[in-house]
Amino acid sequence: MTLITGSLQLGLLYGIMALGIYITFRILNLPDLTVDGSFALGMAVGAVVTITGHPVLALLLAMLAGSIAGLVTGLLQTKLSIHPILSGILVMTGLYTINLFIMGGRANLSVVGNETVFTLMERLIVQMGQAKTALALILSIGGALILSVIFKTRLGLAIRATGDNEDMVRSSSINADLTKCVGLSMGNAFVGLAGALICQYQMFSDVGSGSGMVVIGLASVIIGETVFGKRGVTIGLISAVAGSIIYRIIIAMALKIDLFPSYALKLISAVIVMVALSGPSIKGLMDQAKIRREVKNHLK
Amino acid sequence: MLKMINVSKTFYKGTANEKKALNHLNLTLEQGDFVTIIGSNGAGKSTLFNAVGGSFLIDSGAIILNGKNITTMPEYKRAYEIGRLMQDPMRGTAPSMTIEENLALAFTRKAKKSFFALNGTDSAYFRDVLSTLDLGLENRMKTKVKNLSGGQRQAVTLLMCTIASPKLLLLDEHTAALDPATAQRILQITTEIVSESKITTMMITHDIKAALALGNRTIMMDEGEIILDIKGEEREDMSLNKLMSYYSNKKHKEFSDDRILLS
Repeated sequence: MTLITGSLQLGLLYGIMALGIYITFRILNLPDLTVDGSFALGMAVGAVVTITGHPVLALLLAMLAGSIAGLVTGLLQTKLSIHPILSGILVMTGLYTINLFIMGGRANLSVVGNETVFTLMERLIVQMGQAKTALALILSIGGALILSVIFKTRLGLAIRATGDNEDMVRSSSINADLTKCVGLSMGNAFVGLAGALICQYQMFSDVGSGSGMVVIGLASVIIGETVFGKRGVTIGLISAVAGSIIYRIIIAMALKIDLFPSYALKLISAVIVMVALSGPSIKGLMDQAKIRREVKNHLK
Repeated sequence: MLKMINVSKTFYKGTANEKKALNHLNLTLEQGDFVTIIGSNGAGKSTLFNAVGGSFLIDSGAIILNGKNITTMPEYKRAYEIGRLMQDPMRGTAPSMTIEENLALAFTRKAKKSFFALNGTDSAYFRDVLSTLDLGLENRMKTKVKNLSGGQRQAVTLLMCTIASPKLLLLDEHTAALDPATAQRILQITTEIVSESKITTMMITHDIKAALALGNRTIMMDEGEIILDIKGEEREDMSLNKLMSYYSNKKHKEFSDDRILLS
């Protein structure tokens, strides 16, 4: 039971990061590697502000910090024409130093003993006992719904079109540079928020905790798409959160039965993404081989 | 309404592949003109459109649209006034968005401010406009554009280009990738829209017969220059053969020039 509850809570919180990754990877169609940096940035900002006694402000500032990181990546891509992947890597690398600076030069920071949004929530609804789950659920589903509304506005439509057909967007009098920057900012704001929430959830911040987040988020998005299918944006966003929960449950189960050591997590994530992305081409190769065999048999 | 003054553009400057795509070109369009443009490959027709549309900045000269100097204006800002349609039906629409969403996006320039991009009033208007195409698309507004045929997509793109009433419409061989019957239909829709809304239009075509039949003025380009510009009586008197022979004469002359050069 604790295993399922724990996975659900983690899945929902990391689901907020999956929302951000859904925006950049799926809607904007941009491989955004800023995420590894902006997750740790959200964590660092979250920890430092939480320690001052403002847990809610910590979340908002972490979002702001994440959005600025996304904006920098966007400006590098659009205004300075640096390759999208490299722009993300550059910002991610730079953020490592910035994150250490924010945490006062320490590689990790404990927030134990400080008020967090989770302790706040626990005091608010004492009798339920599921305060953490409830809060995680409200934040992730609320985030998904807010985003699905945003993507129905004119700006949202323009952002979606930018990922779909940039040529068309430019000739529809929409500033594609702007929509890309806005999309990257939005995505990384959610990643930063997830970072701060995870920090308050596990009560510490670590400068290295961002590494591999792109792959974990992408694995969640892909699992969600496999289960719910590739449909509209609203369903896509919700299935990203659901995918994140499924991912956490799979990992927790595998760890529980000692299938692999806990340090195998990132390799597993990478393999999930690899398998999911290569699925269609492997199927194509198998179909081709089948046709070849049939032709061969026919000739005999 | 459109004035191009001494416009030049050279690609790959300073290399062996240097290409003068536009060579001190001058062109003035009157309000409501429908100009057809002909010329061989590499004559500079598309470069002319890209210069007006803002895909790149020109090397020298000036482009004035409705009294406003747009020479250095970025592409997306020019798109407020200029609608463009390309040869490839895939380029003008967002494939994984619905017909309705595509139209809403194109309509943004003119639509009233509203929180949601899709709303009842606009949708009703889109339905009306789509029904003028006579392709049954008004009943498929929630269909993703990638599920439409090339001709249908091009028809939707044509609507998207004109729905916000641009000042100028640029059609770059927009029927060339379609089968003859569909091409005919799209051309028909084009002339209907243009004559109804009286948008000043330039159309590139390789169909010389259509070039003479449609519009009120025909331009022939070669080597980045306008080598023939006819309208009114002169254009009515121009026959297909005369135009062809004019063109091959020009080419022939160049050919003999080359021969002199090489011998």
